[in-house]
Amino acid sequence: MDRRSFLVMSSLASGSFLVGCASRARQELRSSSLSLAENQMALNAWVKVGQDSTVTVVMCRSEMGQGVHTALMMLVAEELDCAWSQVRWEQAPIDPLYGNIAALAEGVPFRSDDEGFVAGTARWVMRNFAQQMGFMMTGGSASVRDMWLPMRHAAASTRATLLNAVAKKWRIRTDLVGLTEGQFYGPAGLTATLGDAVKWAGVSPVPPENVRLKDPKAFKLLGKPMPRREGLAKVEGTADFGMDVRPPGLLFAAVKMSPVRGGTVKSFDASAAQSLPGVAGVVKFSGKHGGTGGVAVVADGWWKAKSALASVQADFDDGKMKNFSSAELQTALWIELDGNDGFGFWKKGEPADALKTSSKRIEAEYAVPYLAHATMEPMNCTVQYLGTHAIVWSPTQVPDFAQSAAAKALGLSKDKVEVKVTYLGGGFGRRLESDIIAQAAEIAKQFPNRPVQLIWSREDDMRHDFYRPACVARLNAGLDAKGNLTAWTHVTAGQGITTGFLGRNAGLPVMGPDKTSAEGAFDTAYEFPNVRVGHVNVDLPVPVGFWRSVGHSHQAFFKESFIDECAHAAGKDPYQFRRGLLRNHRRELAVLDLAAKKAGWGQALSPAADGSKMARGIALHECFGSAVAQVVEASVNEQGEIKVHRVVCAIDCGFAVNPNTVAQQIESSVIFGLSAALYGQIDFDKGQVNQGNFNDYMPLRLNQTPVIETHIIPSALPPEGVGEPGLPPVAPALANAIFALTGKRHRELPLKTGKAT
Amino acid sequence: MIKLQINGQEKVLDSAPSTPLLWALRDELSMTGTKFGCGMALCGACTVHVDGVATRSCVTPIESVQGKSITTIEGAQDKVAEAVKKAWVILDVAQCGYCQPGQVMAASALLKVNPKPSDAQIDEALSGNVCRCGSYPRIRQAVHEAAKTLGA
Repeated sequence: MDRRSFLVMSSLASGSFLVGCASRARQELRSSSLSLAENQMALNAWVKVGQDSTVTVVMCRSEMGQGVHTALMMLVAEELDCAWSQVRWEQAPIDPLYGNIAALAEGVPFRSDDEGFVAGTARWVMRNFAQQMGFMMTGGSASVRDMWLPMRHAAASTRATLLNAVAKKWRIRTDLVGLTEGQFYGPAGLTATLGDAVKWAGVSPVPPENVRLKDPKAFKLLGKPMPRREGLAKVEGTADFGMDVRPPGLLFAAVKMSPVRGGTVKSFDASAAQSLPGVAGVVKFSGKHGGTGGVAVVADGWWKAKSALASVQADFDDGKMKNFSSAELQTALWIELDGNDGFGFWKKGEPADALKTSSKRIEAEYAVPYLAHATMEPMNCTVQYLGTHAIVWSPTQVPDFAQSAAAKALGLSKDKVEVKVTYLGGGFGRRLESDIIAQAAEIAKQFPNRPVQLIWSREDDMRHDFYRPACVARLNAGLDAKGNLTAWTHVTAGQGITTGFLGRNAGLPVMGPDKTSAEGAFDTAYEFPNVRVGHVNVDLPVPVGFWRSVGHSHQAFFKESFIDECAHAAGKDPYQFRRGLLRNHRRELAVLDLAAKKAGWGQALSPAADGSKMARGIALHECFGSAVAQVVEASVNEQGEIKVHRVVCAIDCGFAVNPNTVAQQIESSVIFGLSAALYGQIDFDKGQVNQGNFNDYMPLRLNQTPVIETHIIPSALPPEGVGEPGLPPVAPALANAIFALTGKRHRELPLKTGKAT
Repeated sequence: MIKLQINGQEKVLDSAPSTPLLWALRDELSMTGTKFGCGMALCGACTVHVDGVATRSCVTPIESVQGKSITTIEGAQDKVAEAVKKAWVILDVAQCGYCQPGQVMAASALLKVNPKPSDAQIDEALSGNVCRCGSYPRIRQAVHEAAKTLGA
């Protein structure tokens, strides 16, 4: 497979026009199924203003903790000059207009500094494809990046239209009308509200041409910390997650799925369960959208359904995973890596020759396991099948795919399925999948008119995930006599995600290299004189999916651990060694320097409270448009237990729309990454997942939580990703700190408490 | 029939005596503020107060709490709970927010018996409450903040 065949595939799927961000905001309303109340005005598909002076943001992204609702409302409030309290949101209709272009445009397998014809064409094609397909997705740390201009244009255009209406009413020039906090001011004490302006604007006002966005120097809200809008509701328990919806007549479903992923039900005996109190029925379902077949008990309470499940006898056909256990899976990866250089994502110079002529050669092998998402809210979905149409309540990152999945399972056309997106009790990529929606729809279809809420137990959730792929790596480096790095090769082997994902969710045949497999390895800022980065795509039956930071989650561990190995082999300080590879990368240098400075790199560290020695480790990684450097301070006690005391983070994420959210997301990513680094591991035994709950798939807890400091580099450049970039550097920074402490290099995750020395 | 005292009101339930309190709340009473996370008392999302003590409702049969005073997040409105909720909002603790009702219940139970807890005491009391979003650093700060306002 080469880049050309990737392009041929993409061109076939591509369209022919390119619409800029600004015109996207001005798309006519008829292109969207947006509904308007009688007393509301909307000039575009993003912002409505009511005669009651409320500003409604049409929310096309899901709130899963990343603060996107608050951020997008901030963009609108800023450019519209209304009061924060006047802004609310409502869910956007499902329409291609709301597609996530930024996330998809990033999916091409080229380095960001590759400005060649092929790379440029691929990006152009991908943007077109993304626009036409309108993939309405919350993910890829892309929401604010994607909406930064359209939302602001939409609000600025609305503001300009309302100013004109007020000026016309007052019979004065527009530039004499002021607007602050949703109040219009004119000469001689004239005032008006947003609602007045809406009335005066008439039935179909025409927005003026050449609307200008605010100069960032004039920002009142953007760039300043803003608490999340739904914070109180979440604290009081009134924010509705998927599992909290209570439509009248609600039934609940608990399921017993084939213990082997991808298995199906051969037969089942529900006679005992049928007669139990509250049970409405026992039904079979298949495994659609990558799911697994099983039996559902439907009852008037979830506990009744779950209890009755114990008396259902089911016989399963295991399917193709039944012969796979973790040992064989990992062996398969190593065999592929041994026999193959993989698709070359990045090649520069003559790395093979440079390795041969180097005065010192370093080689290392690394491995990481499969990982589950384990969102706090277990997977669930509520479906009401009403014969001719249906309603779906779902905590989903992909309302469009959810609609398709439900429609297909119910035998309805997409437009007959209404999807209500609830708050998501965590997403992390798990809720990009629609297996649960198809399963809920298949069950609910057998109970017409009654809404059915399907809830998975924690064990169902853990054992029927789409896992972060396991991956193995072999890295080689050459140093010259002065300890300069002269050659770098980095080859990995693991399952690809994108092909399976688009196949099961969109029926799209995708060819070509999967960028997400090698991301973080081939697009590093390090200036290697001779380099080759490759990835071997291995076909295995384990269902894999997008897990917070995707390929970066493991490639950063390989890259940043091995750079550390090179620094030590060269007898150099790991921070300075990295600096030497970033001479032309001021942005990455700046975050690295800031993290090192704030952490006191090079200064002595006092022992931990228990007397154990402390040490620092450093790592740098770029992803989703942002660069993050982290310094971890850790100790290892006499029992070999690792304790992380402090993590100092520096991030350049372009302009930080809400610095409060940036800090939250860094804290979140560090803790998510530490959970994986210390404990995260999913094992298979004859196709069955061993782990089931938080006792054997352990998350970090409060008493293990380090002090986390976030330092944001001031920037006037457009916003970049925030939800994921804080995760990849933490595992290698910790492993590097442990090496500094113990002299033992950890090349496998999880590091595991008690095995540090 | 099982009679429970929930948030100061008597509720009569026609559920099996072994039904976990969590599911009585969610299934029978449509009180959805108390969350399901693990079903094994491993995560604390289902934390309520039984006679003022933080209790995992997912493993608490309703028959065992008859005659006791049960407080859920919906009824957590005393001085301590209000201070905790306020501190949570000020420090913007919640991210996805799913675990937070349980965190608030655990924190307010702690502050009732220990009005000025140390970091170590906060860790001890709240480490049973899992947050996958990693709101822990802010939880620690928010407990101190609530203690401060209560002590003022």
